[in-house]
Amino acid sequence: MSQPSALMGFVHRRRRGAELFLLTLALAVGIGAYAAVGIGVEGHVPVDILGYGGWLAALLVGAHVAVRLVAPYADPVLLPVVAALNGLGLAVIHRLDLAEDTTFARQQLTWMTLGVVLFVGALVIVRDHRVLARFTYTFGLSAILLLLLPMVPGVGKTINGAKIWIGVGPFSFQPGEVAKVLLVVAFAGYLVLHRDALALAGRRVLFVDLPRGRDLGPILAMWLVSLGILVFQRDLGSSLLFFGLFLVMLYVATERPGWLLVGGGLFLSGAFVAWRLFGHVQDRVDIWLHPFDYYNNPTPPYSDQIVETMFGMGWGGLIGRGFGEGDPTRITYAEADFIMGAIGEELGLTGVIAVLLLYGLIVERALRAALISRDGFGKLVAVGLAGVVTLQVFVVVGGVTRLIPLTGLTTPFLSYGGSSLVANWVIIALLLRISDQARRPIPDLSDQHGEAPDEMSTQVIKL
Amino acid sequence: MNKPIRTISMFCLLLFVALMLNATYLQFWKADSLDDDPRNRRVIEAAYSRERGAILVGRDPIAESVPSDDRFEFQRAYPVPFRYAPITGYFSYFSQTGLEQSQNEVLSGEDPRLFVTKLVDLLSNNPNKGGSVQLTIDADAQEAAYEGLDALPGAVEGSVVALDPSSGKILAMVSLPTYDPNKLASHDLDEVSDTYDRLLADESEPLLNRAIQTTLPPGSTFKLVTAAAAIESGAYTADDLVPGGATYQLPLTSGESGLIDNEGRDCGTDRIPFKQAMAQSCNTTFAALANEVGADAMIEQAEAFGFNSDYLEDLRPQARSVFPSEMDAAQTGQSGIGQFEVRATPLQMAMVAAAIANNGVVKRPYIVDEVQSAEYDVLEKTDDSDLSQAISAATASDLTALLVETVENGTASPAAIDGITVAGKTGTAQSGQDDVAPYAWFVSFAPAEDPQVAVAVMIESADIPRGEIAGGQLGGPIAKAVMEAIIND
Repeated sequence: MSQPSALMGFVHRRRRGAELFLLTLALAVGIGAYAAVGIGVEGHVPVDILGYGGWLAALLVGAHVAVRLVAPYADPVLLPVVAALNGLGLAVIHRLDLAEDTTFARQQLTWMTLGVVLFVGALVIVRDHRVLARFTYTFGLSAILLLLLPMVPGVGKTINGAKIWIGVGPFSFQPGEVAKVLLVVAFAGYLVLHRDALALAGRRVLFVDLPRGRDLGPILAMWLVSLGILVFQRDLGSSLLFFGLFLVMLYVATERPGWLLVGGGLFLSGAFVAWRLFGHVQDRVDIWLHPFDYYNNPTPPYSDQIVETMFGMGWGGLIGRGFGEGDPTRITYAEADFIMGAIGEELGLTGVIAVLLLYGLIVERALRAALISRDGFGKLVAVGLAGVVTLQVFVVVGGVTRLIPLTGLTTPFLSYGGSSLVANWVIIALLLRISDQARRPIPDLSDQHGEAPDEMSTQVIKL
Repeated sequence: MNKPIRTISMFCLLLFVALMLNATYLQFWKADSLDDDPRNRRVIEAAYSRERGAILVGRDPIAESVPSDDRFEFQRAYPVPFRYAPITGYFSYFSQTGLEQSQNEVLSGEDPRLFVTKLVDLLSNNPNKGGSVQLTIDADAQEAAYEGLDALPGAVEGSVVALDPSSGKILAMVSLPTYDPNKLASHDLDEVSDTYDRLLADESEPLLNRAIQTTLPPGSTFKLVTAAAAIESGAYTADDLVPGGATYQLPLTSGESGLIDNEGRDCGTDRIPFKQAMAQSCNTTFAALANEVGADAMIEQAEAFGFNSDYLEDLRPQARSVFPSEMDAAQTGQSGIGQFEVRATPLQMAMVAAAIANNGVVKRPYIVDEVQSAEYDVLEKTDDSDLSQAISAATASDLTALLVETVENGTASPAAIDGITVAGKTGTAQSGQDDVAPYAWFVSFAPAEDPQVAVAVMIESADIPRGEIAGGQLGGPIAKAVMEAIIND
């Protein structure tokens, strides 16, 4: 929409004031929810509301100032939406803490602080996202190494049956969360270079344009990596996320829907074989189809989490029971993967839809940045990041609400989990950087060429 | 690359819409069926933690929620447990019975009549309190009935029901053996399970409310219905002569098994006054009368009093009293004296007495007088209603004369009260099994000229020698005490 309009001299406004205003609303959500939790569960406003609110406000204002300084044209909606989600997540985790006498919220606030620091750091260091294209293979290799790390004896940790953790001293870390950001960048860098080969070269066999054998390599490699994650790490969610992400980016880069068919077919056949071969995959599917048959089972597989979530969400109804009035602790790991269950129970369908709309807004803003971005690499990274958020939300929320078989993934910004939160803040920083580049007025010299502005050769790369 | 990006946008939109639709399905359309799932502990725990409304008799609660300091906020307590357990039922973590179940909507606060209270609670952020239920029970009558029944020797199994004839209000409802609902409402769930298993295994069935859930042959108390049918047929009045005699051979039978006698009471020969027949509870007379009016008229009369139907709406479940619909002449004769397959609940027999007391009009029995908000504002008062006109006012007055005679000069004399005219009838029903003792019955109402209370007493078993079981001696004094409690109020 804005490529032609940019040519006609349309200049995006910075809208930093709007961002600040929206941030105060987001802050009201976060602090208000925290106060509501105190009133609902303990009967009074939490005593540390000032310290907590102040800390939250300081983090957000810090992030805002950083954006104002180093990415003045960045999208004004993204940061407030993320702030609202993160604040709400903290409040819900705090509510579960009060019921179970844990301190997850405090740890989560620490992680959020680290997330914001890295967010600011990413914005400051990466002044132009195209620089990242140089590290295509470095990032790709690092991502694969990170994904392999949990399988290294001594480093990897198996938590709840999934081998996706590494232990660093007292901390546990999910390298997959970092890997997904690196993979998006690596895919984008690779695809933007090879998109022509992938799109045009090849032979036509029976109405289907088949790519050349050597161009098929990467997609096959990615397929194998995904299957490996599925089989060796027992992580259905990440497997689906990585492969789906790769497919989406491949499709956008080549503009050939055929890739979606090929990839979708590969994924379905892989998933089918996995279903036939592996008991844990079959269990997941059976529980999805007949959750009540596995409820309160004396032996695994159990469906208690999913059934309790359904009961809780039904119990919450349209407007929810209110903080402290529900019983979300019946859901095991309500603070992590199943946080949507806790939200559905205590904030109702209203809360769930609000959260989904916020996620929808993130994706919409990311795709908008992709549309107006002037370079292919930026487009691909933005689309990839939007895909990460969409797929992750769909897989985890769909799994929790029994739309699809349950697979373990964190709910971005809401769930307790440091690696995920930090990685997601970095994703937002990258999106802001891309939208800042896209919305920034075009330097004069591009006018002299008067050529299509999304050619890399006509762009000025600031270093 | 913008075209595929737009396609991807539509795809993302699709995924989000799918999530929202699914959440709406789960939380809106499917919410009710999820809440109704018996395995859904949230619903039960919420009900368990909530401040349930009280069940009130007069000004005193017989079931109330008191604050608790364990993992549930409130504890259900029953201040007078044994006497009222059959009425209140129990409210346990696992199940509910009695009023706790049938009035659950009000007590838990979910009833639409409590909508305004609920809204105010919601807006003022107060926890939702349940409404209260005011009963029609008279505390004195209930105490008299319970103490009277409990005073019988041994492990008593029996029931007493008292009704206000003019409205159908249940004034007393006692059932023995009983149990302590506090034990079942305990927050120590293991103890609750143990107690429940023990009560369930008990052969004397303490969890049963015999007043409405047990049907037994009503024996001679059913002669009220037979007499009513005879008078309604137009063939007799209270002053007429009726068939008498020491024995009566049932039609279609011959020999001992079809021969009905009067166990030594004086029933004259051939024709005797109706009053004597009733006062002496002459089996021969009423078996003959039943055959004279015929099976169809008997069925019609019994059903007019409430047999073969459900009528108690506010306390469930209710067992249906039975009058057989297919009978030959011999069976009709047996039915006329409350044997064969005739079975009645104590409540049913109290309704028969109450209808005679109330000029023949059967009132629908009810136990919930008022539904109140948590602040005891009356939200709804139950209106009394007619079930049927079982007999004419004239028939009712004839029957009253017969029953007064039965108390003054007959088998029902133990229920006589000084200075008050009492109408009553005894009954001793054969259980039909050799090893099970006969059931003692007693129905009465008083004062005869302006009835305030109708009572039915049923004693299924007590530690009394078989030969001494007679409705008059066992049930009469209990009925008397209950009637006195109401009349002297």
